[in-house]
Amino acid sequence: MIYTSSMPLTKEQIAQRIARELKHGFYVNLGIGIPTLVANYIPPGVDVVLQSENGLLGMGPFPTADKVDPDLINAGKQIITTIKGSVFFDSAVSFGMIRAGKVDLTVLGAMEVNDQGDIANWKIPGKMVKGMGGAMDLVASARNIIVAMMHTNPRGASKLLSRCELPLTGVRCVKKVVTDLAVLDITPDGFLLRERAPGVTVEEIQSKTAGKLVIPSEVPEIVL
Amino acid sequence: MNKVVTGPDEAIYDINDGATLMLGGFGLCGIPENCIAALVKKGVKDLTCISNNAGVDDFGIGLLLQQKQVRKMISSYVGENAEFERQLLSGELLVDLIPQGTLATRCLAAGYGMPAIYTPAGVGTEVAEGKEVRNFRGKDYLLEYAFDADFAIVKAWKGDTMGNLVFHATARNFNPLMAMAGKITIAEVEELVPAGSLDPDSIHTAGIYVHRIFEGKSFQKRIEQLTISQS
Repeated sequence: MIYTSSMPLTKEQIAQRIARELKHGFYVNLGIGIPTLVANYIPPGVDVVLQSENGLLGMGPFPTADKVDPDLINAGKQIITTIKGSVFFDSAVSFGMIRAGKVDLTVLGAMEVNDQGDIANWKIPGKMVKGMGGAMDLVASARNIIVAMMHTNPRGASKLLSRCELPLTGVRCVKKVVTDLAVLDITPDGFLLRERAPGVTVEEIQSKTAGKLVIPSEVPEIVL
Repeated sequence: MNKVVTGPDEAIYDINDGATLMLGGFGLCGIPENCIAALVKKGVKDLTCISNNAGVDDFGIGLLLQQKQVRKMISSYVGENAEFERQLLSGELLVDLIPQGTLATRCLAAGYGMPAIYTPAGVGTEVAEGKEVRNFRGKDYLLEYAFDADFAIVKAWKGDTMGNLVFHATARNFNPLMAMAGKITIAEVEELVPAGSLDPDSIHTAGIYVHRIFEGKSFQKRIEQLTISQS
């Protein structure tokens, strides 16, 4: 038996793996945190348009110092640029296109996800309130939702549960979860383990997944 | 028809204690800085503020929070505003956190003369508590009411003397929606031009919605996250 060390994905690598889910012609909304990094790994030849819910289609990279416009930000309040063919609109139009299902893919972070696709990411009662921002609108309407997050919280407790304990953002909406340890699909039977991080064992993933985990006979390593 | 007033003090002269205000902007982008400063100076209290965010600790609506002028915030995102989060958790400030698209559409409904909308945002969450749920074509939606605001205060890039407005880039955000939704709408603009000098095809907000307009004197346009690329 060859010994291989466990190599959980970094946040950058989680973003890199999610970027492989982008398809040519997609309109994509990327949330704050790890999801924002997905934009750095869009595969060559895949033409996607990034939607920012504060009113922009066609988000470009950060500007050089001489191109900074304080009136041009993304939903994370970062200064950005536009790409060729971009368009600005008001917040009602922005959420109109989200609600009407025009956005093909939404990637967002989460504090908890359960094995039915429920997600919690906006509030810890009595301790922390960030607000839901646009997340509740996105998860209520997007056709395809991928969650990017760490498999466990800083105290080592699983964030993949059978029942979310925190106030929900949306119910039965998440389709896929990519963590530092694994790629999992949400199915009627629970979390279906699709891929594992290099050197990470199925047993480790099982031990860190509190929700129902379905383990196929073959679980390939994630290829970046 | 001339909607021009001398400045922020005149524009807000009849905003009194207990008023309900809509304030445009997303983060610090496209906020009515001059009117906020005038409200701080006037010292009006017990305000209800409808705004996506509440500024940061020392700018935007954060300035009104610091002076304890706000009784209630209706927003979608607290974000990194420590004073807002502190007043919220301690119960000093009443806060209605609502989904961002719901916030936008409740403004839109008011401006379109519709009493309410149905939206799927928040179904199955605590946002749905106490609200009518109705099923359309197999999916559940929440009934949400149009906002009823005494004043809307917005910021535009250009405006003319008749109150027609043009916005720039993502500083548009909630501004045109709120402009349509206020009983009295106040617009502060970077550049005030004579009626007739804006292209009618390119006006975002029709002057019929705007009651008072002035050219702001000192836009700081603070940046929350200055993200610079080297190449």
